[in-house]
Amino acid sequence: MPELIKPRPKFLNLFAIRLPLAGYASIFHRVSGIGLFLMLPLLIWLLDKSLSTAEAYAQFKAFFDCILVKLVLVGLLWAFLHHFCMGVRILLLDIHVGIDKVSAHNSSIAVMAVSLTLTAVLGAKLLGIY
Amino acid sequence: MDRIVVGAHYGLKDWLTQRITGIVMALYTLFMAAALLAGVNGQEGWRALMSHGFVRFFTFLFIISLCWHAWIGVRDIWMDYVKPAGIRLTLHSLTAIALIGYAGWAIQVIWRL
Repeated sequence: MPELIKPRPKFLNLFAIRLPLAGYASIFHRVSGIGLFLMLPLLIWLLDKSLSTAEAYAQFKAFFDCILVKLVLVGLLWAFLHHFCMGVRILLLDIHVGIDKVSAHNSSIAVMAVSLTLTAVLGAKLLGIY
Repeated sequence: MDRIVVGAHYGLKDWLTQRITGIVMALYTLFMAAALLAGVNGQEGWRALMSHGFVRFFTFLFIISLCWHAWIGVRDIWMDYVKPAGIRLTLHSLTAIALIGYAGWAIQVIWRL
């Protein structure tokens, strides 16, 4: 049916597209997922050290002394929390909870607010602020 | 068209797997958060928690869920952005191989306790 094939307008300049908040929450879900995947060896290594001998545990604790390591871990903490919160939102949307435009926008605000707040609270603990 | 889970592969199976593994990981996260909030006494306490029969069983499920979930998610990302078949096949293979290795490593970490 060639009459169905017609030129469609394409507008894919990523810097000119203004995403709604839910769009950002969605792309962050992807970014946080790939970040967690790439850092998985580090996380398993940390689990390994933490559960191994007393010397390994000391090594595990010493690893946290480096500020750069702490910042990477705070980044991963955000990635995990965002992925978790957005995952819950997706599951709710799947069972048709909050599917209308206003609720969907509000739940994307909630995802951002909860994940960033928890990152701040737990990240401050990780950085030794309290 | 009627699409049922036990029918042919429409991609629904992966979609469903992503949800089930996600729920397992979410429940594990809440469980571990509660356990850690209850207080863990140094490395001995941490080892005792992780070597407890139920926790080890749950951690095992978490590791399998994580690797399966990551496989579907990362593969979908490659499929969205990488078009040349050769590069895509290479990335798919490396992802699968890495995740199988990570699963073995992580399970060994908890199972030797």
